[in-house]
Amino acid sequence: MTSPVLRRAGRTRRPLAPGPYLLIAPAVLGMLYLLLYPFGRALLISFQDFGLRELIRGDAEFVGLRNYRTLLSDPVFWDVVRRTFLFMAVNVAAIMVLSTLVALMTERLGRIGRAVVLSSLVLVWAVPVVAATTVFQWLFHSEFGIVNETLTDLGLRSFEGYAWFADGRAAFTILVVLVVWQSVPFAALTLYSALTTVPGELYESARLDGAGGLRIFRSVTFPLVRPIFMLVLSLEVIWTFKAFVQIWVMTRGGPGDATTILPVYAVQTALAHQRYDLGSAASMITLLLMSGVLALSFRRLFRQEGEHP
Amino acid sequence: MTTTRRAAPGRALRRTPLYAAAVLTVTLCLFPVYWMVATAFKPSRDIQSYEPGLIPAEWTLDHFRTAVQADGFALFWRNSVLVTLGAVLLALVVALGAAYAVARLRWRGRRPFVLAVFIAQMAPWESLVIPVYIISRDTNMLDRLPTLTLVYFMITLPFTVVVLRGFIAGIPPELEEAAQVDGCTRVGAFRRIAFPLLAPGLMATSLFGFITAWNEFTYANFLIIKQQDSRTLPVWLSSFQTTFGTDWGATMAASTLFALPALIVFLALQRHVTSGLTAGGVKG
Repeated sequence: MTSPVLRRAGRTRRPLAPGPYLLIAPAVLGMLYLLLYPFGRALLISFQDFGLRELIRGDAEFVGLRNYRTLLSDPVFWDVVRRTFLFMAVNVAAIMVLSTLVALMTERLGRIGRAVVLSSLVLVWAVPVVAATTVFQWLFHSEFGIVNETLTDLGLRSFEGYAWFADGRAAFTILVVLVVWQSVPFAALTLYSALTTVPGELYESARLDGAGGLRIFRSVTFPLVRPIFMLVLSLEVIWTFKAFVQIWVMTRGGPGDATTILPVYAVQTALAHQRYDLGSAASMITLLLMSGVLALSFRRLFRQEGEHP
Repeated sequence: MTTTRRAAPGRALRRTPLYAAAVLTVTLCLFPVYWMVATAFKPSRDIQSYEPGLIPAEWTLDHFRTAVQADGFALFWRNSVLVTLGAVLLALVVALGAAYAVARLRWRGRRPFVLAVFIAQMAPWESLVIPVYIISRDTNMLDRLPTLTLVYFMITLPFTVVVLRGFIAGIPPELEEAAQVDGCTRVGAFRRIAFPLLAPGLMATSLFGFITAWNEFTYANFLIIKQQDSRTLPVWLSSFQTTFGTDWGATMAASTLFALPALIVFLALQRHVTSGLTAGGVKG
């Protein structure tokens, strides 16, 4: 950043030089046309009667809040909302607990062990979503999948040829496992790098004061890594919706609608059933539900960046 | 934390659970990746066996051959590369200008702009598929690769601006000022002095942009519908099973081929930018 003196000088000399505005113009145009405009369009459509006919002829009528009323009075929609929150809660809880444990464990390992664990985490982080989803379909394949073979060999005969993707709960569980497997590396690596900033003397003195491991974590470690922990937590909440890809590739929201969460529901309604109006309204409700967490993590991210530019 | 203690046998015993946990973590991380590669190299009869060996008894390249010779593989590969490169280069050029303006120049509206970039970084793209589809349809941009390029450009732009801003701010402005005193223009000073110092930042952001665009599935799936020749690799892979049915060997070979560039790039850039990615709050 420029020094305060320079800043003042710059402001008095050329308050509205075109240079900076020319430099940011492409970025601003991009954000307006590719982000704000689609958002505005979705908002507009959610208040219109917009089906296949309107998509082709383009004379959509305004119907006020009708789409929202339709959705909110539909028990199926409420099932989807509940399922979304369940999916989010299970995922985020598992991700946070596991990644905290992995981070704490990594910190206690020796140099070689630490390098091995960190490299494995990075490797998982790097596996493309679609590739990982395909691999998990193969792992849980009913006939030749290694998971069923192993479970059967362990004496659980009921898993012989068990069709995971035919059962709603089983498919839901596999998706959770997949999302957790893919999300733990980022969370663990971030938490681990936060842990390394905690000064060792703090642990020493806590131990001298007679504190046990759990107590040290609660009173020393956690308060210090709390900001990063909360940032990761809120990012993971938002990223739950990115599970759209895994769900779409693996189950398309099925069997039945056992794995349909909000973004899947919105896309299905709009692009498969040509109800663009209802789909857009569902997206808007999703955004509204997310907005709290979104604002919170946005503030944290902003502050984080402001401190270390 | 490493603390030195005398009672070595007791310590080793106490550390057993720690090592067990480490081994478990590494196994859980690596096994799915290993299984992908191992399956890709196994002969089909070993894949479709009720007693699969953990290590392939025989190695074969048949599945890779099937995957590479699959309809349109070269074309989809080319599409992915084109879209990815286009998006990354566009984002880099646009972001460099914006990042320079934010980090070095003073102007009215700077703060709101930074705020907008941060908001854009949190944009819930999964919820914008429907309007983007409708807009693309209205403007005759469906089934075309430039549409995808634009979308990926916008997905990667905010992050690129944020990271480059950090890198530019880290270069002392005095260096450029000195060059300007010596007779360089402002642009010349930036190009000669700051730009070379920016290389790691440009590298990191472009590699990250590469990963994002290379992996993107949702928009590639819904914006490319009729024109099958415009598909990209993730969509091709997701429909691989419909094409190849139960040929899991070929499917895993295709997954490996698709994942490989991302893995290489990621492992290469990991040391330099893990902290940067973390700070930017970016999903890999």
